[in-house]
Amino acid sequence: MKMLEAIGVATIDELYSDIPREVLLNRPLKVDGFYPEQEVRSKIEQLLSKNKSAADYDMFLGAGIYNHYIPAAVKTIMARTEFQTSYTPYQPEISQGLLQALFEFESMIRDLTGVDAVNSSLYDGSTALGEAARMAVRVTSRYKILVPRSLHPDKLSVLRNYTEPVGIRIETFGIDDETGCLDLDDLKAKVNKETAAVLCEVPSFFGILDPNAVSVPSLCHEKGALSIIGFDPISLGGLKPPGDYGADIVVAEGQSISSEMNFGGPGLGIIGCKGDDLLRQMPGRLIGMTTTVDGKNRAFSMVLQTREQHIRREKATSNICTNEALLGIGAAAYLSLLGPRGLSQLFETILVKTNYAIKQLHELPGTLIPRFTGQHYQEFVVTLENPHHTIAKMNQDLLSAGIHGGKNLVNDFPELGQSSLMCVTETHSPEAIDKLRATMEKFVRS
Amino acid sequence: MYRQARWDEPLIIDRSQPGKIGHLPMRPSEVEMNASGNVMKLVPSSLRRNGAPPLPEVSEPEVVRHFVRLSQENYSPDLGIYPLGSCTMKYNPKSSELAVQTAKLEKLHPEQDESTVQGILALMFHLERMLAEITGMSRMTLQPAAGAHGEYLGCLITRSFHRSKNELEKRTEMIVPDSAHGTNPASAAMAGFKVVVVPSNSEGMVDLEELANVAGPRTAGLMITNPNTLGIFERNILEIAKIIHKAGGLLYYDGANFNPLLGKVRPGDMGFDILHLNLHKTFATPHGGGGPGAGPVGVTRSLEKFLPVPIVEFDGKNYYYNYNVSDSVGKIRSFHGNTGILARAYAYILNLGADGLKMVAETAVLNTNYVLSKVLAKGQYQLPFAPQRKHEFVLSAKGLSNTTGIRAMDLAKRMLDRGVHAPTTYFPQIVDEALMVEVPETESLQDLDHFVDVLTSVFEEAQSDPETVKSAPHFTSVTRIDDVKASHPKTLTLHWHGASSTQKRVSQQEPIAQVNY
Repeated sequence: MKMLEAIGVATIDELYSDIPREVLLNRPLKVDGFYPEQEVRSKIEQLLSKNKSAADYDMFLGAGIYNHYIPAAVKTIMARTEFQTSYTPYQPEISQGLLQALFEFESMIRDLTGVDAVNSSLYDGSTALGEAARMAVRVTSRYKILVPRSLHPDKLSVLRNYTEPVGIRIETFGIDDETGCLDLDDLKAKVNKETAAVLCEVPSFFGILDPNAVSVPSLCHEKGALSIIGFDPISLGGLKPPGDYGADIVVAEGQSISSEMNFGGPGLGIIGCKGDDLLRQMPGRLIGMTTTVDGKNRAFSMVLQTREQHIRREKATSNICTNEALLGIGAAAYLSLLGPRGLSQLFETILVKTNYAIKQLHELPGTLIPRFTGQHYQEFVVTLENPHHTIAKMNQDLLSAGIHGGKNLVNDFPELGQSSLMCVTETHSPEAIDKLRATMEKFVRS
Repeated sequence: MYRQARWDEPLIIDRSQPGKIGHLPMRPSEVEMNASGNVMKLVPSSLRRNGAPPLPEVSEPEVVRHFVRLSQENYSPDLGIYPLGSCTMKYNPKSSELAVQTAKLEKLHPEQDESTVQGILALMFHLERMLAEITGMSRMTLQPAAGAHGEYLGCLITRSFHRSKNELEKRTEMIVPDSAHGTNPASAAMAGFKVVVVPSNSEGMVDLEELANVAGPRTAGLMITNPNTLGIFERNILEIAKIIHKAGGLLYYDGANFNPLLGKVRPGDMGFDILHLNLHKTFATPHGGGGPGAGPVGVTRSLEKFLPVPIVEFDGKNYYYNYNVSDSVGKIRSFHGNTGILARAYAYILNLGADGLKMVAETAVLNTNYVLSKVLAKGQYQLPFAPQRKHEFVLSAKGLSNTTGIRAMDLAKRMLDRGVHAPTTYFPQIVDEALMVEVPETESLQDLDHFVDVLTSVFEEAQSDPETVKSAPHFTSVTRIDDVKASHPKTLTLHWHGASSTQKRVSQQEPIAQVNY
């Protein structure tokens, strides 16, 4: 009442008196609710209890989202509500903690990838690729992007949606049917003066550690095109930084170094680039180090904001505003905790376990495992050669045995026949892999 | 008296000492090692990294203390009022946080078999239905990761709609009001539209005559937020819809300002064809220091066929993915959306119910108008345009600026010294020396009175002690930051190895040793 008096109205309805009566909702919303906290919690618990997660069944799915172990300290840091509940640091003096943490995230990813600058996050790996393509087009004034046939179909769909409206064409180049490596001849034939950029992913969608990838950037540069390299953050514990072999733009999905799978979202879109021209075209928030006006203290703030929508509106480099900053902080904590030795070790563990799994499955009759002869990290393609067997049926059998089988590739990559994409991380015990083998063996012998 | 923590915390790289490690990952077993053979041979030599990756070497306690100290140098809605206009920085209920902290959500993979994700699909299905009911739309997609992402999807759907009528070639223009959020024109331009700006009239609303002039055969649509960024309800919304629909365009609702309309007015009933909601605003999920958020998009029945795939359906027994959407735009991100955020919003709705949601809207409007009345009673700031506001209002400090040279940003910085976050400054751009205030429903009367006192006493101080205001803030972790230097090509520093020695120093009193690795 005191508040209404101060405003000078008698009822709250008066505050809505300017709204035309015909649009006012004159009935209560039909939504469930008004439950006490305890009941809300038990209702949601009950609902979610129907799920079978990676905690219930062994998880061999990857394809962009990965089941890694997230250290407890990462979760503790991400749960700090000073980070979690605040927003974009528009007032840097009172938001130094967030800014410094994000600056550290950007610095670490930069050092890992060998580029010049990294932003403080995009939505996920797929939209990072979309933004990368647009950056490349703006810098080169060319309108063709080349992507490998092995690109995740969802990523391809996102890329098309980020490019088609402004007249960018997406063209696919092949991979070698035997090795799974990039078909460099096909790529050479397709890179021309219309090509803005070529994407390759290391490891590829099929888990291939492709030595051909390192020659792609120079092949691009010869034709005046740019090179976009998609990387896996943990793999850089043992793999060469893409910037070192010539990548102009690097993109990644960073979920694996910051958070649990969460059914695929939130992700952490990582993007970095080399050189001033690309930097001026970078989408999203960039954090810089500077000083206070009096020069006495180091300080951090958002920089080059004239690229962004809140200043430049329709001339901005992107429309992105809200991003995935909290996961960036998580990634900074994760990389700090593991450090050089931890990240190298983790890469090696996953590499060894992947090869162990491949070895275990290799001899299964009626299968081609791995489908490709190239070297693998974290993922590999399993192909069923017996005409009576299907991946769908095998995955049902695996499920019955308490195993989430690999991603079925049949619809998206019909040229691979009955194939699926299996993923192995540090979370897999040798026993889990042995159980996978035993269950698959029973199936292929059926 | 407010004093923000000041730790002079070095960069984590400057805490690095050779040999330290904060987390030991699993090693492969001997069986696995033996089976795999020489590890070096498992990687093509041309792809092998030369030496260990360059990262800091620090222990777990050092990492935790570092980031906890940083967190203490960060103001947040868990510390106090955060009246950042158009960002709806309400308190985030902790019950929503707890509800999602379960392996049954966190450890779900998005490509799992439908039979193993019935719980989360049910949650998404019900959330979608509730959001559709709340907004008056036919169907929603939960895929977009943020408001601007939703806007972009809205633009893609608009394109698909016009393409389906063979009119895409000629419908090249997206109309946005001059008071629109920056994301609206940016999204439209990204989707290949030419942005046509329609000016506001003397009351701060879309000028109908101007709108009628620009709407026509080239119009693809209009993107508008209501209440607009001045906090004024566009009361001609039905006429606006009529003009746009008559011209053959679609009406897009930017849901950034939906909070004051919850349970009161539905965009679907105002004639909107497409909308997005910001769950991190209206539905109280945390803003994450910039994200993750979630920006579900709703459409009318005739636009359902353009929605991204998959959509979640229920056959009476099971929940399932429907990829069979005839003219789907495809995907606008990988997988199904920011599920962790969606589940929090679901908990929020269950907690509040229909009456609670309506009370959210009414209380937000009450709080905002209370602060506005108290501030205007002091006769300091100007309030351009008509007086009736909803969830936010935009004050102008132009008068003060003209007489004293003290600008809106100076006032904002001084407000920080009082332990509140500042309003949004210099936006919308149609108001000079703008301070955009939004006080959500979660603030108590005491907090509102404190904030009124901050707004008015800072104004007084600008006249009585201008130097203190101009040099503010004084009590935050650092004093006023040199933004010009921060972005100047000669001093731009985007990574820790690019720091000059002055920047490296946390403070002049305490130089921090540099550690090279």
